[in-house]
Amino acid sequence: MAIDTSKVATSNSSAATPAKPGRAGAVATWADERLGLAGMAKKNLRKVFPDHWSFMLGEIALWSFVVLLLSGVFLTLWFTPSMSEIHYEGSYDQMRGIAMSEAMASTLGISFDVRGGLLMRQMHHWAAMLFIASMMIHLLRVFFTGAHRKPRELNWVIGSLLLLLGTLEGFTGYSLPDDLLSGTGVRAADGFMKSIPVVGSYMSFFLFGGEFPGDSIIPRLYIIHVLLIPGLLLALIAAHMLLLVYHKHTQWPGPGRTEENVVGFPMLPVYAAKAGGFFFIVFGVTALMGGLMQINPIWLYGPYDPSKVTAGSQPDWYMGWPDGALRIMPGWETHLFGNFTIAWNVFLPIIVLPGLMFTILMLLPFLEAWITGDKREHHLLQRPRNAPTRTALMVALMTFYGLLWMAGGNDIIAIKLNSSINTITYMLRFLVFVGPIIAFVITRRWCISLQRHDNEKLLHGYETGIIMRSPEGGYSEKHLPINPSAAYVLSARERDEVYTVEQETDENGIPAPASRAKALRAKLSTLWFADNVQAPTAAEIEAAHHHADHEHELQAALDGHAADGHQFDGHHSVEGDPLRGSDQH
Amino acid sequence: MSGHSDNLPVADDGNPGLPEHTWRPTDVDPKAEKRAERQVAALFGLSAVCAVLFVVAYFSLQVGDNHDTVLGLGASNVALGSALGGALLFIGIGIIQWARKLMADHEISELRHPAASSDEDRAATVAALQAGLEESGIGRRPLVRNSMLGAIGLLGAPVVVLLRDLGPTNAQVADAATGQGLEHTVWKQGVRIVRDVVGTPIRPSDIEIGDLFNAEPATIFETDEDGEPLIEGVPLQVAKSKGAVVLIRMDPADNTPGRGRKNWSVDGILCYSKICTHVGCPISLNERKTHHLLCPCHQSTFDLADAGRVIFGPAARALPQLPIAVDSEGYLVAQSDFTEPVGPSYWERDY
Repeated sequence: MAIDTSKVATSNSSAATPAKPGRAGAVATWADERLGLAGMAKKNLRKVFPDHWSFMLGEIALWSFVVLLLSGVFLTLWFTPSMSEIHYEGSYDQMRGIAMSEAMASTLGISFDVRGGLLMRQMHHWAAMLFIASMMIHLLRVFFTGAHRKPRELNWVIGSLLLLLGTLEGFTGYSLPDDLLSGTGVRAADGFMKSIPVVGSYMSFFLFGGEFPGDSIIPRLYIIHVLLIPGLLLALIAAHMLLLVYHKHTQWPGPGRTEENVVGFPMLPVYAAKAGGFFFIVFGVTALMGGLMQINPIWLYGPYDPSKVTAGSQPDWYMGWPDGALRIMPGWETHLFGNFTIAWNVFLPIIVLPGLMFTILMLLPFLEAWITGDKREHHLLQRPRNAPTRTALMVALMTFYGLLWMAGGNDIIAIKLNSSINTITYMLRFLVFVGPIIAFVITRRWCISLQRHDNEKLLHGYETGIIMRSPEGGYSEKHLPINPSAAYVLSARERDEVYTVEQETDENGIPAPASRAKALRAKLSTLWFADNVQAPTAAEIEAAHHHADHEHELQAALDGHAADGHQFDGHHSVEGDPLRGSDQH
Repeated sequence: MSGHSDNLPVADDGNPGLPEHTWRPTDVDPKAEKRAERQVAALFGLSAVCAVLFVVAYFSLQVGDNHDTVLGLGASNVALGSALGGALLFIGIGIIQWARKLMADHEISELRHPAASSDEDRAATVAALQAGLEESGIGRRPLVRNSMLGAIGLLGAPVVVLLRDLGPTNAQVADAATGQGLEHTVWKQGVRIVRDVVGTPIRPSDIEIGDLFNAEPATIFETDEDGEPLIEGVPLQVAKSKGAVVLIRMDPADNTPGRGRKNWSVDGILCYSKICTHVGCPISLNERKTHHLLCPCHQSTFDLADAGRVIFGPAARALPQLPIAVDSEGYLVAQSDFTEPVGPSYWERDY
């Protein structure tokens, strides 16, 4: 593909002329003779990556993971993962002489006696927040635009696992300092484990090396945090990236962008520069946050003591939603045969619910594909409005998540709004069921309205804001066609195809009864697409334009006078158009 | 028309094809180009300045005592963070400015290929796989196959068994005498109820009506003749995690003692476990007028005037009550250990 670079920043022109084989060439030859990299590099150095701001969200997650690795390695140089009790003798006055674990003391040491230590601690914690937040928003972007469809379902599953592991990594990480807040979290985690029927107390005793709190939990969480989960994360991130490269990135439909191609900037130099530059930006923002925004000031909480707690104890925000479920769960407990206890009040919200939610999350692409019966590959993204049921489904899930997250802060809300915590809790018990349904219905209808609006623009043009009076005295607003490129983007979407049960006939021509699953599928598929507005056909657009031309004739008297100011609305080219009253006219 | 869109078929579905590329000011105006070049270099220069500032701040600003000067974060932390942030951000912004203004901005197009392999590849793979399986004879020798699968499956046993020594079980540690295990605490007959932190014993007259004391068993403050604590480290933490209690005094007329608990209080002073029966947080928020105790973790609320009954929140069981009395010296003591396990529920809990 020949590219016209004749004018590209002439200072670059040396790049276009092949350089004489120099030292770099010699190194490349040496390496290629051993690794044979050229075969792979020739395909990938100019690999095309489409550009859109929303494609950057996953990049934030990737780069914040790199920041986590770098800052984490720094922290391990000073952190002592031990619960041995010592008396703190560091720089922080208020705690000098107090008995605490070595983990807590070394965390104080990193904060007050290592230059840049507090910065790295805070950067590490902020990067963890960014990591999980960007994964969540990236997940939403992927789902809302339909990028989870074939062939990318497995990458969706990998991404979901990354979110799950990232959350666990966060929990094990903030538990390590062994301060009062994190110790309270570990104490609650002990209660969670004990609620698991049959094996609960065994799991707790094995994990804690005996009765809570024991002296094993910090070293064990440490090795899980610095080796086990990061190893898994690294492997899954590699798989995620490899699949991304193999599938090639999705792109938005537009002029020249089809299901068969991928249009964008080549990896080298533009994409590499933008992505590489973005790494420095994520890293830099994290450094500023670490330097200017306090996070997890463990010296204010003090060392863990199982008989103490502070009001407003809360986990990090990403653990907030199961914690909220725990808070609004009624206190149900069953006693079996007078000998055994099932603590539903803990087991359901904190063990079953997160497991269930993650299972639903991972199954979403398969569920959708089964309902729609769509087996085609999809590389063009969809606007959320063009898949109303899918969009509404995710908004319903988000509402469920959001309400539980709110419940996780019910005490804070009660204090800030000066309202009753009981009322808030009872309301949320009701809202977590009703809220998602309301959100689903509203979102779905909203999407369908937006689809109608798009069709209006395609068929009748955009509203110019010019009110015309007909000779009969009627008023109407003048519509003008949108530009062809924008029109193409609006019309370039597939028509929904409802799954229907095929009439299978046996050799005698007698129709076989549809299986129950197929009938259900057909029914769900009908519901899935119900009321969706399809993009107008070419004939419909043609007819509408014909109608518009006719109207245009009626208004012809006004045309040619040009430049009433409304041309300059950004919808079409105004080059050479004179302004009314200007001399050129 | 430049060549970049030659490879883009104008689709017959009305796709107008890639719009024509337009040159940027930096491509056609040497002044703009030079300006962009200077901007990028200046950004990299700023980054270098920040890197130097970082080193200067590292050596000139102390950490330690003055940890909360400047924004409450410490001068060193703020300076190091800002300098590092600047050094990194300016490189990032510089590179992106370079990419946007000076690097070629032609979009190019690549054809996609289906994710699936070709039919020939599939057929060849299946053939190779079949040949391999055939040559191994795994299908013809079920004895070999099944015994191998069995042996490999049994390897799971060593793996599981190896993890057994992660910790003792509840049954193994249970010991009423030392208060070990989920069913026992260090409380026993005659153990004094002492103030937490300081460990001083409490007389009934020390507590006013409406007061709530955080208390501990005297056991955890005991020392030997040299003044060394008898319980420290892990056993101390375990003892505290189950033994922490609250003492509350109310008008005896307000209290409705639980069945068989008439003699568990002293002059309206009641003693309850401080460990929430939900997931084990220490409870401490007392509503003085209502005798309600609220757990700050998940807001379970217990009515201390009604045998610790749950009146709100996710907890399922009442707070365990410790029967108390007064010893010969007039201090509050326990009549016995708790009569039920304290803390969160678990499967084997039989009442």
